Amino acid sequence: MKDDVTREERVDALGGMGCKRKRVEDARFTQGKGNYVDDIKLDGMMFADFVRSPYAHARIKSINIDAAMALDGVAAVLTAEDLKPLNLTWMPTLAGDKQMVLADGKVLFQGQEVAFVVAKDRYIAADAVELVEVEYEELPVITDPFEALKSDVVLREDTVDENGTAVDGAHGPRGHHNHIFKWEMGDEPATNEVMDDAEVVAEETMYYHRTHPCPLETCGSVASMDKVNGKLTLWGTFQAPHVVRTVASLLSGIEEHNIRVVSPDIGGGFGNKVGVYPGYVCSIVASIVTGKPVKWVEDRMENLMSTAFARDYWMKGKISATKDGKITGLHCHVTADHGAFDACADPSKFPAGFMNICTGSYDIPVAYLGVDGVYTNKAPGGVSYRCSFRVTEAVYFIERMIEVLAIELNMDPAELRMKNFIKKEQFPYQAALGWEYDSGDYHTAWEKALKAVDYEGLRAEQAQRVEDFKAGKTRKLMGVGLTFFTEIVGAGPVKNCDILGMGMFDSCEIRIHPTGSAIARLGTISQGQGHATTFAQILATEIGLPADSITIEEGDTDTAPYGLGTYGSRSTPVAGAATALAGRKIRAKAQMIAAYLLEVHDDDVEFDVDRFVVKGAPEKFKTMKEIAYAAYNQAIPGVEPGLEAVSYYDPPNMTYPFGAYVCVMDIDVDTGVTDIRRFYALDDCGTRINPMIIDGQIHGGLTEALAVALGQEIAYDSLGNVKTGTLMDFFLPTAWEVPNYETDFTVTPSPHHPIGAKGVGESPHVGGVPCFSNAVNDAFKAFGLRHTHMPHDHWRIWKTANDLGLHG
Amino acid sequence: MIPAAFEYYRPKDMAGVLAVLEEHGDDARVLAGGHSLIPMMKLRMAEVPHLIDLQDVAGLTGITIENGTVRLGTMTTQATMIDDAALLAAAPIMREAALQIADPQVRYMGTVGGNVANGDPGNDMPGLMQCLDATFHLVGPDGDRDVAAREFYEAAYMTDREDDEVLVAVSFPAPEGGYAYEKQKRKIGDYATAAAAVQITKENGVCATASIAMTNLSDTPIYSEEAGEALIGTSVDEAAVEAAVAAMLGDIDPTEDNRGPIEFKRHAAAVILRRAIARAWSRA
Ligand SMILES: Cc1cc2nc3c(=O)[nH]c(=O)nc-3n(C[C@H](O)[C@H](O)[C@H](O)COP(=O)(O)OP(=O)(O)OC[C@H]3O[C@@H](n4cnc5c(N)ncnc54)[C@H](O)[C@@H]3O)c2cc1C
Repeated sequence: MKDDVTREERVDALGGMGCKRKRVEDARFTQGKGNYVDDIKLDGMMFADFVRSPYAHARIKSINIDAAMALDGVAAVLTAEDLKPLNLTWMPTLAGDKQMVLADGKVLFQGQEVAFVVAKDRYIAADAVELVEVEYEELPVITDPFEALKSDVVLREDTVDENGTAVDGAHGPRGHHNHIFKWEMGDEPATNEVMDDAEVVAEETMYYHRTHPCPLETCGSVASMDKVNGKLTLWGTFQAPHVVRTVASLLSGIEEHNIRVVSPDIGGGFGNKVGVYPGYVCSIVASIVTGKPVKWVEDRMENLMSTAFARDYWMKGKISATKDGKITGLHCHVTADHGAFDACADPSKFPAGFMNICTGSYDIPVAYLGVDGVYTNKAPGGVSYRCSFRVTEAVYFIERMIEVLAIELNMDPAELRMKNFIKKEQFPYQAALGWEYDSGDYHTAWEKALKAVDYEGLRAEQAQRVEDFKAGKTRKLMGVGLTFFTEIVGAGPVKNCDILGMGMFDSCEIRIHPTGSAIARLGTISQGQGHATTFAQILATEIGLPADSITIEEGDTDTAPYGLGTYGSRSTPVAGAATALAGRKIRAKAQMIAAYLLEVHDDDVEFDVDRFVVKGAPEKFKTMKEIAYAAYNQAIPGVEPGLEAVSYYDPPNMTYPFGAYVCVMDIDVDTGVTDIRRFYALDDCGTRINPMIIDGQIHGGLTEALAVALGQEIAYDSLGNVKTGTLMDFFLPTAWEVPNYETDFTVTPSPHHPIGAKGVGESPHVGGVPCFSNAVNDAFKAFGLRHTHMPHDHWRIWKTANDLGLHG
Repeated sequence: MIPAAFEYYRPKDMAGVLAVLEEHGDDARVLAGGHSLIPMMKLRMAEVPHLIDLQDVAGLTGITIENGTVRLGTMTTQATMIDDAALLAAAPIMREAALQIADPQVRYMGTVGGNVANGDPGNDMPGLMQCLDATFHLVGPDGDRDVAAREFYEAAYMTDREDDEVLVAVSFPAPEGGYAYEKQKRKIGDYATAAAAVQITKENGVCATASIAMTNLSDTPIYSEEAGEALIGTSVDEAAVEAAVAAMLGDIDPTEDNRGPIEFKRHAAAVILRRAIARAWSRA
């Protein structure tokens, strides 16, 4: 057979790994043709709405639903009493705690779900919510975790015995009735010893404020119980649909095969859609009670005030070094405000997620981390907002500590980093707090970044600016923010990572159709990351069929293989690996078919882009398309018909993407207004599957980082009222606030991942937050500032300047 | 975010509007662009059983400039204020201010009348109207009535307008000299942390007239007559500017909110006013 097409053209025709394939999802998203939960309309569907607590802490004396039930069109009003016979008043959280589905005698945070109103339409439901009469008796409110640990007030009466003593929690003994857990890693005595003997020690306490992922689409579900066939179908905003099915089965007693969970298109998750919310549970119960499909979709304010928040960590650090800047030890203690219930979405054995990555990119011989989780009268949550399990907190902590140490040492912070990086030849690197970093080349990346921004030039310009400021020639200061981050993603090895007992593997199932196209289904679910685009690219390269001929499907538990879902930047590291390995199984079978068709031994053919060729005789080949057809129309001795494969992948280790970011910022000292002049982001996510999608992920992640660093917060007043419950006050940047981002990269593949990819979805957020924050801190460094807390909004920057006496 | 039920009316003329207002009293309200009222209804902070849409009522739009008087029909949108060439020539401060209101989507809907009638201290147009010494033209069951913008605002959401009166237009003498609308906000679509409207005329290097009004620094817009007077007769030197700023600070009464504590607001107000005066003076 003759082939005029060059090898290069054949590679291009596949649209495989490494090419800037356009996102196949965008045709429907940009035309308003997506299919989200709220687009689902079923015959006879009812709408539900919550009665929520206006108080942050109160006893419920009575609930009267009569007036609401009397309203025309109201089908049911559920309260805790109705859930008791089903044993559903409380539900387990992903963190080993439990959480009220509907308020059981008391409320613990403002916006807590008290009653669930089901009506013919949204409008009637909203009217009925106003007619439910709830009598509250206010209780003392605690919004500060340090106060909580001293207070006599017992927030969670279900966690103390008759004598009022705290009973052990999921993570061991609790020191106080408002204490949730203590988690310790590393060697504290050895760390203290190093600190005591150190030449230089820098200390700082930093508050990483509470914020919220605020996905564009809020949370919601549609439950439909078919009483004829006993099947429950649940559509919802789920980042982990399979886990939701398992939990739903365990809670409801409905057998798992009778539950179908579907995640349709999801409008952003960022961790907010990992947990199980009362609305999901209530919509199921309501569908069972009314016999009709029931839709529940929260509004923006409900989303901000009641669904999973992120951060809220008080971090106290100590870092020691020699006089010439070699770091010798790190000590970190965290007081973690978890709100009313511990509803973090971390692997079971990690109550503070992967906070123990807080030694960062540095070779620190000895370290200690202690975390105390605390209950307060705030909303539950504690999800990883675009970071893999508290990695943003860890990276913020170490990257601020490095800056503070640089001040203490009177050393340039870029140089201090360079001096302490883990060296290329030290990988795989065993960190003091337990992790084994897979691969990295930090020095090369850092040098490239500093050169790209002309770091020395920036420092010279900054010094001049300080002179001009002091001379009264300008009122603007200049900050240079630096960050070098190491992420830990791809959870994770089943031996130490599970969610509710389910190992954190992931999966892919492939079917090749006779004409040479394919469908692949995965256990993950895209929320905008572009899985349908990138996973098809991985497969195209692995199995030699064009990406455009491969459909990727996720999110339907009746059809997709079991997987733990999408969060923590785990899709590419885990499901991406499963995809490559399933593809290789396809290829192995294709090889046998090709050999049969070419009448040679299996070992005499080899894979080449889109075909198998006879070794040494490239003119003799069978394309994958031909092989696919043969799999279905020929009786091949010893080979089953068909061409399908499944792979479940249990990663041997996490992956460790890294990056070097630089932010140049001008700050108006009088108004506190910041202007980001330049942002340079170098990312190393190992093998790059689709550079355009990577850029998109970086732009988005940096923008969320900018939001968090410069103003996005969930703030409470002393009575536990949410002060930032609408987008007027909760900062969501628009194109206007976003600077131009310069992206760059190095490539250090993961040695243990089948295609060497590490994941990139969260890196820009993890690295971005400290970079923006360091820029603000750096601007005031010349005037004696060591540290100022985020968010750096106008008035807080003004206050920093004011406290430094810069307003005359 | 679901409003309570309401009756919707869409009359073609003012008589139709007034008839509904008369019948339902304070249970009825007019709807202009809806970008203040509808959010309030969705939050159920405003209950409006009878909603009267003004968009089909004849004669409420359009900008006329005659004999030195600028008149905007109440339904003139903020987008029109930005695009209208004649308005730009006659009162460029209108465009400068309108461009700092909300975002383009809101500005296509939001009207000058809704903005000034709303009574929200965060709205930008009321302070601007006070700076320009505008007159508000109202009609009601008892006929027409004119009110000076500087007399119109009583407290947050409380104005001199009676429940059964409708604003038909705003007018003001075409301003002369230099102008500036300076606003600090946290992000696009935000109300002011502090904003200042300034008009100044200059004769022989000396300030002849000056008008200064501030936004979102009290429960009403603040026309600071003394601040303006502090500039008149001076060369707008540093001492005069500081006197104007001091006078303004004596008139405002900001409250703490998510934009910051009172001390910061007062500081921002001073900075914003200094900048506004400098820009207006440079254009005078
Ligand atoms: C996201 C967002 C950001 C915003 N940012 C700003 C901002 O920065 N600055 C700013 O100034 N505004 C801002 N606004 C408000 C916007 O400009 C509104 O459009 C404006 O305040 C009201 O005008 P409207 O035509 O929409 O009035 P509506 O909302 O229709 O009405 C407002 C009130 O005025 C009354 N009313 C309207 N017309 C008349 C009339 N002819 N006679 C009597 N009463 C009348 C109504 O009954 C109602 O009580 C923002 C709005 C949004 C949604």
